Amino acid sequence: MSAPAVECAGLVHRFGDTVAVDHLDLRIEAGEVFGLLGPNGAGKTTTIRVLNTLLPPQEGTVRVFGLDVRRRATDVRRHLGYVPQQLSIEAALTGRQNVMWFARLFDVPRAERATRIDEALEAMDLLAVADRRAGTYSGGMIRRLELAQALVNRPALLVLDEPTVGLDPIARASVWERVRQMRAEYGMTVLLTTHYMDEADELCDTVALMHRGRLQAVDSPAALRAEIGPDATLEDVFRRHAGAGLDDDQAGEGVRDVRRSRTTARKLG
Amino acid sequence: MSVAAARPRASWAEPVRLFATRTAALGVVEVQKLRSDNTELITRMVQPVLWLLVFGQIFSRIRAIPTGDLSYLDYLTPGILAQSALFVAIFFGIHIIWERDAGILTKVMVTPTPRAAIVTAKAFAAGLRGLAPVVVLVPVALLLGVGITLNPLKWIAAAAALMLSAGFFSCLSMAIAGVAQTRDRLMGIGQLMTMPLFFASNALYPIEIMPTWLQVLSRINPLTYLVNALRGLLVDAPADLWTDFGVLVGAALLGIVASAALLGRLVR
Repeated sequence: MSAPAVECAGLVHRFGDTVAVDHLDLRIEAGEVFGLLGPNGAGKTTTIRVLNTLLPPQEGTVRVFGLDVRRRATDVRRHLGYVPQQLSIEAALTGRQNVMWFARLFDVPRAERATRIDEALEAMDLLAVADRRAGTYSGGMIRRLELAQALVNRPALLVLDEPTVGLDPIARASVWERVRQMRAEYGMTVLLTTHYMDEADELCDTVALMHRGRLQAVDSPAALRAEIGPDATLEDVFRRHAGAGLDDDQAGEGVRDVRRSRTTARKLG
Repeated sequence: MSVAAARPRASWAEPVRLFATRTAALGVVEVQKLRSDNTELITRMVQPVLWLLVFGQIFSRIRAIPTGDLSYLDYLTPGILAQSALFVAIFFGIHIIWERDAGILTKVMVTPTPRAAIVTAKAFAAGLRGLAPVVVLVPVALLLGVGITLNPLKWIAAAAALMLSAGFFSCLSMAIAGVAQTRDRLMGIGQLMTMPLFFASNALYPIEIMPTWLQVLSRINPLTYLVNALRGLLVDAPADLWTDFGVLVGAALLGIVASAALLGRLVR
């Protein structure tokens, strides 16, 4: 049996006296689209930062495809594609140069590089504008360019941190269409965080709800909805598990999250 | 998708290969950024020329600073080149904080790229910017009668010295960025450091005329060794180039290690 894409056991991470992630046990099967949901400050970003090796686990173990993130960080990174919440392209470079940059960082073999870059740009419908400066792209195009950067090494695990924040509905749909396409083609695992419940409901095979650093519920969107009632939405599930006292919890990491979301949304116009 | 979970541990050569290839990849991006927008390079050329034309010419006339067999302009020109490298590099931490805020740093750190490669590529970018003033300063210096060498080998060595020291100061700035965390704080700390580093060096005046306490600071200041090397190479002043380059290489390596160690703090 193959190793799960992600396996966290007893993960704890603190910032000073604040417990951001509190004894988290999480398992993401290879090939699934997994949504990590929760209010700002719930511990989603910290969890993602631990499993993408930016933060060392303070307690517990985290394995990505069986590789310990603490001991095999570089090997873990070879399997990751990551799109952060911010618009993280180099505006002064062309679209092609932006993707080339990550092809080199991921050791895409020189002989295959040009083809793989064209494939990634083509998959994101950016080939026609590949030689234009990325600073001239629209918000949706920038997100698609970031996906091309993340997908150029054909990652086994694609981590998307609020990838559609600030995008208009058409651009959102376009981003998700491409993610679905790439997943179908390469069978990769997708881990995403989002505040759009409809998006999570439609896209995710499994969703996990986090609140105050703890996992409140994990199941398929349909099963979670069914627990509440026949007409329940994922938003109702969210409210049930994280709703009470939400406004009081928006401290620390929450403030940074909100500021980052707003900045990204403002840049996307 | 199948994943080689049982990939064997890398050999000792793998970290070296990773460092070299990633530094090259990130260095290419830095060059592409400069080629795409060279406004910064052009504006960086103005200030050193003003130092030479205004400060240099006025102090030449005063004849207050003992510079041995060299005219004051000969003495000052390498000092201004060194100062330019310092001023370009000492605020380089702001670039890395900006890249953190833009999500770029995080994204790069999630690739199999050693942190030392990230800071070395930035140090290289600082070095390139530190070289920019040469293009304008040298013709102006020649017009003013400065006896500056045109020997290409000496200029290659001088360029190496400028890049090493700009690399060190940019790494120092990135290390401080890892502690300061915000642009505002880094600006304040950078302002606080720039002038002491500059004045506690032999860029404008010889160490021998400094008070003793300042002489001690000057001898532990890498900028002094850069100025010594540049004077030795460009205007034939007496210099101990082995010591000068030894200090600059050592400082650059120390800077890379320190800033790479603190880089992770920026994305926590």
